[in-house]
Amino acid sequence: MKLKWREMGSGLVVPIILIAVWQFVTAMEWVNPQVLPSPWAVLKKWLEYASPLTPYDPAAGSWMIWVFSGELLRDTMGTMYRVIIGFVVGAGLALPLGLVMGSSSRVYAWFNPLLQVLRPIPPIAYIPLSILWFGLGNPPAIFLISIGAFFPVLMNTIAGVHHVDSIYIRAARNLGASQSTMFIRVILPAAVPYILSGVRIGIGTAFIVVIVSEMIAVNNGLGFRILEAREYFWSDKIIAGMISIGMLGLAIDVAMNKLNKHLLRWHRGLEN
Amino acid sequence: MMNPMSTQIKISGVNKIFTTADKEVIALRDIHLEIPEGQFVCLLGPSGCGKSTLLNAIAGFALPTSGTIVANDVQVKQPGPDRGMVFQEYALFPWMTVEKNIAFGLEIKGMNPADIERRVSDLLHMLGLQDFRQRYPKDLSGGMRQRVAIARVLALDSPIMLMDEPFGALDALTRRNLQDELLRIWSELKKTIIFVTHSIEEAIYLADRVVVMTYRPGTVKKDILIDLPRLRDPSTTAFNNLKRELSLLVMEEQQRHHHDEMKLGAVD
Repeated sequence: MKLKWREMGSGLVVPIILIAVWQFVTAMEWVNPQVLPSPWAVLKKWLEYASPLTPYDPAAGSWMIWVFSGELLRDTMGTMYRVIIGFVVGAGLALPLGLVMGSSSRVYAWFNPLLQVLRPIPPIAYIPLSILWFGLGNPPAIFLISIGAFFPVLMNTIAGVHHVDSIYIRAARNLGASQSTMFIRVILPAAVPYILSGVRIGIGTAFIVVIVSEMIAVNNGLGFRILEAREYFWSDKIIAGMISIGMLGLAIDVAMNKLNKHLLRWHRGLEN
Repeated sequence: MMNPMSTQIKISGVNKIFTTADKEVIALRDIHLEIPEGQFVCLLGPSGCGKSTLLNAIAGFALPTSGTIVANDVQVKQPGPDRGMVFQEYALFPWMTVEKNIAFGLEIKGMNPADIERRVSDLLHMLGLQDFRQRYPKDLSGGMRQRVAIARVLALDSPIMLMDEPFGALDALTRRNLQDELLRIWSELKKTIIFVTHSIEEAIYLADRVVVMTYRPGTVKKDILIDLPRLRDPSTTAFNNLKRELSLLVMEEQQRHHHDEMKLGAVD
C-alpha cells in the first residue's frame, strides 16, 4: 500500500509541473487568453459545463434527471450511445464473418480480396458517402463508427481462428465432438484472446471516429461541443471538452481491461 | 460381456508412408499386432521409430496408407471416444475448469447433468483432484494436469486408452507416482492400454507386453511378454535382466537413428 501511494505521488509530479508552467505562462500574460486560457479558467468552465443548466426544481422531475441535465453529461451520454451502437453493429457483423472466414478457406477466398481493398480506406474517408446516404444525425455517425470497429474485430477474429492450437482440435475430436460443438466450445473460446485484442482496437477506433463524426454530422456530443466552442472562441471550453474526452476514453479503456481480465481469467499470459 | 481373452485391437499389414516435397518416408512397414482385451502394451523405441505414428493410426488421427486397424470390432476410420487418448502435452482445454474438462466428453455424449456431476465427482476422487475441481489448468502442476487428462479419458468409459508418452515431461518422482496411479486404475477398471514411451524402465515397470520397434521404417523388432509380479521392483535381478535385453535392442535402433542424423547433417 505504501508503495502504491509513492507510485501515485511520483505520477503526479509531471502533471503538477506542467500545470504550474501553464499557470505561470498565463499569469504573466505572455499569451492571449483566447489562445491559451489559464488552468483555473478551464477548471471553472469544466465545472460549469458539468453542472445542470437550471437550479433544482422538484416540480420539473426527479433529482436524477436534474443531475444529468447538465451539458457535459448529456454530451457524454450521446457520445457513448453512438460508440456503443456503432460498435455493436460493426463488431456484431465482424465476429460471425471472421469466425466463418477463419474456419472455411473457401469463404476466406470469397471475401478476402474485397476486404483487403476496403480495409486500408480510413473510416474518415467514408464521411462524404455516409452523409450522402444517411443525411445528418445519428445514422451517418453510427455507420462510420461501425466501419471503424468492423475491421479490427474481423482481422483479429480470423487470426484467432487460424491460430487455434491443433492439439485442442485433436483432443476434442477424440472426445467425439461434432462440428458445431467443436466450433462453439473449442474454436471460439480458443480464439477469444485474439478476438478481445481486436475488440480493444475496435473500441479505440470507434472512439476516434465518434469524435470526428460528431464534428461533422451531429449537433450534440463531446466532439460537436468542442467544435461549437471554437466558433465562439471559447478556448477554455475547448480544453475542458478535450479533458472530458480524455477521461471518457480512459474510462472505456479501464472497463475493457476489466472485461479482458475476467474473460481471460483462464489464460496463461495473465498469471499474477 | 466379451470373452476375457477376445481381441480388442487387431492391426493387420499396416503401412504408413509420409510424402514430403522431395522424398518419401516409410514410417510404418507391415505391422501386425493383436492386442487382447485388458492388456497393457508398451510401444518402445527411439524417436523416429513410428511408435507415435502407430498410436495416431489407432486413434484415427492419421489413417494408415494401407492395411487395417480394427478396434472394438469396428474398423478405425476416424477418431472417437471409444479410444480415449492422453497426450504428452496434456491438451486440456485451458478455458475450462478441471471439472469442465472432465465433463466435456460426457456433455458431448448427451449425458444428463445429474449423472455427469456424479461421474465427475467419482473421477475427481479417484485421481485425488477433489480440491482442484474449480481450478483452471494454468494453475496446476504438470502432474496434476496429466491427472486431469487421464480423468477426462476415463470419463468416456472407453475400453481402450491410448497414451502418447504421457509422463515424458514430468520429473522422476511425479512420474513414478503417476505410473503407480495408472497401474492401480488399470487393475481396477480393466482397460486395454497402449502406452508409447522411449523409457525402457517405464515400459518394463508398467507393461504386460513390450513391443520394441525399429527405426525407419518402423517395424516390430521384438514382441515380449513381461511376467513379473506387480508392483515391480526395478532393483531386482529379473527386472535388470529384462532391462539389459531391451536396452541392447533399443540401442541398435538408436545407433541407426544416429547414423541417419549424421548423414543428414553432412548433406546440410
